[in-house]
Amino acid sequence: MKIVVCVKQVAVLGDEVEFTDDARDVDPDFLDASLNEWDSYATEEALRIRENAGSDGDEIVVVSVGDGDVEPAMRRCLAMGADRATRIDHSGSRDPITIARLLAPVVNAESPDLVFCGVQSSDAVQAATGTALAELLDLARVAVVTRIELDTGARRATVHRELEGGLVDVTEVDTPALLTIQTGINQPRYATLRAIKQAEQEPIQVVAAGEEGEPAYRVRRMFAPPKGEGAELLDGSAADIARRIAGIVQERLK
Amino acid sequence: MSETLIVAEHLRGAMRDVTGELVTAARLLGNPVAVAVIARDPSRLEVTYEGVDEIVGVPVEQAEFENDVYQHALEALIAERQPEVVLLGFTVNSMGYGPAVAAKLDLGFASDVHGLALDGEAVIATRSFYGGKVDAELEFPEGRPVLLLIRPTAFAPAPSGGSPSTSAFSVEVPSSRARHVDFREAAVGDVDITTADFLLSIGRGVGEQDAIPQFERLAEKLGAVLSVSRPLVDAGWMPNARQVGQSGKTVKPKVYLALGISGAVQHLAGMKTSGTIIAVNTDPEAAIFNVAHYGAVADLFDVADELEKLS
Ligand SMILES: Cc1cc2nc3c(=O)[nH]c(=O)nc-3n(C[C@H](O)[C@H](O)[C@H](O)COP(=O)(O)OP(=O)(O)OC[C@H]3O[C@@H](n4cnc5c(N)ncnc54)[C@H](O)[C@@H]3O)c2cc1C
Ligand SMILES: Nc1ncnc2c1ncn2[C@@H]1O[C@H](COP(=O)(O)O)[C@@H](O)[C@H]1O
Repeated sequence: MKIVVCVKQVAVLGDEVEFTDDARDVDPDFLDASLNEWDSYATEEALRIRENAGSDGDEIVVVSVGDGDVEPAMRRCLAMGADRATRIDHSGSRDPITIARLLAPVVNAESPDLVFCGVQSSDAVQAATGTALAELLDLARVAVVTRIELDTGARRATVHRELEGGLVDVTEVDTPALLTIQTGINQPRYATLRAIKQAEQEPIQVVAAGEEGEPAYRVRRMFAPPKGEGAELLDGSAADIARRIAGIVQERLK
Repeated sequence: MSETLIVAEHLRGAMRDVTGELVTAARLLGNPVAVAVIARDPSRLEVTYEGVDEIVGVPVEQAEFENDVYQHALEALIAERQPEVVLLGFTVNSMGYGPAVAAKLDLGFASDVHGLALDGEAVIATRSFYGGKVDAELEFPEGRPVLLLIRPTAFAPAPSGGSPSTSAFSVEVPSSRARHVDFREAAVGDVDITTADFLLSIGRGVGEQDAIPQFERLAEKLGAVLSVSRPLVDAGWMPNARQVGQSGKTVKPKVYLALGISGAVQHLAGMKTSGTIIAVNTDPEAAIFNVAHYGAVADLFDVADELEKLS
């Protein structure tokens, strides 16, 4: 069995924001990076499926679209236990249709039994790349999965699809399939320091990006969101803040 | 004919609120508004919103949502009706087929859209990036339909009324590769956070499981009920029934005191109509401050300690 996990290195915006001169993006100096939270659950789920099956032949491949700077996120997955990593060399796109188009030929070439994506990337919150990719791969798919029971012999899986309000839609899906993985499906393992060190040395295969086509959207302008009516700021010491909060609570609960 | 096509969301025989919100969004675009109801018996689902020009019933065999069915039906509707814009809710169901339709038909596409406008003829959508801290206006490729997934609660529901025409549209859907089997209700908890007047709500900012008892004590002292954001449930620190948000509970207490919660869109969906929202966060840019009535940029533990001393 082979499982491909698509992972993204997400950008984390700190306490301050400045925009690039063309106002189409945030100045990269103000961004940190990490492995997308949802993708760590997806990677963990792939590892568990392999461990439960107990077959050494299983392979877990992580694939990411990005420039060299995204490799730390991929190495994080290698440190958790993924076998191989392929980076599709590309930068500048984030619309999910384009990303799916770039992923498709590389994932397809792996002929995977399962493809995992995260439900969403924490920086872009598009929740779209996986479903678009499934279409391009002509795979059955389920979005927002919180539990997977594989029936390899029957070539299907029973999965939980988590709806609004926590209602679960028990769904039977033909495999091979693409599933978008929701947080809470498991507890992702911590990579040991030794494994992290080792993963630094592992090769990452780099392949050229294919045809990207026309983007599904273009950013015209990025800006700090209007602050609503604006929160009234409670300042001063922690004791001052606590007193103000207690006062507001007392007033409102009257 | 240029129109805005909406796909109605329904679950277990009931129309969902987001459908009415999509109507409001669609009206901003000026074109006639058609609502497609894909269901076993579309006529049993009432679409009674002012501003709808046509209701298109699309009868299918499946009683509940299956993504292959919706994908196929929407593709056929687009081919037949040539809408300029298609609006779906940014919901779990739509996440399962909307992006597939966009990829297949090469449409303009964006999800979690919370603002819509026209610039001349062109549709401009606003959505957030970088964890809700930044907004962006998006434009789309010319000459193609645009499919947008609209954030629930971003638009007010359309008022009820209207006298739309109705039509039926038949599609042959292939057999589903992902089939609905059953529903499982969310677990019922020991407390009902939806009826509390005062919620003390804690998020990932509390850092570790060992910190939780301190907030249980604080909640009791303050006369509040303790609720949490999703990561604390995912980690197994708190039961599901305490979770506020899209996949948890929708709450509307008189006071919502949020400690160490960033204000992700799915969290806000569950609490933003609370009477008074007070947020404590070390990050002055946290999105929770955009909905809070009172905000303190401070360490939640310092504030919690002081609150404990007061009560
Ligand atoms: C389909 C779907 C459904 C979802 N449903 C829900 C849902 O129902 N409910 C929900 O909550 N989430 C839900 N989520 C998850 C959501 O996207 C976020 O991941 C989550 O809300 C983040 O929780 P948080 O704010 O506690 O954590 P984080 O985003 O990690 O924020 C922690 C905050 O704590 C602050 N902080 C850290 N230390 C301190 C300190 N010492 N003092 C003060 N502040 C501090 C930080 O500045 C930060 O703002 C859902 C996601 C998906 C995809
Ligand atoms: N650049 C990328 N490279 C690989 N996978 C990605 C990339 N961007 C998004 N994904 C996958 O798509 C999921 C959802 O992202 P999004 O649609 O952007 O919210 C992520 O959790 C990843 O699994």
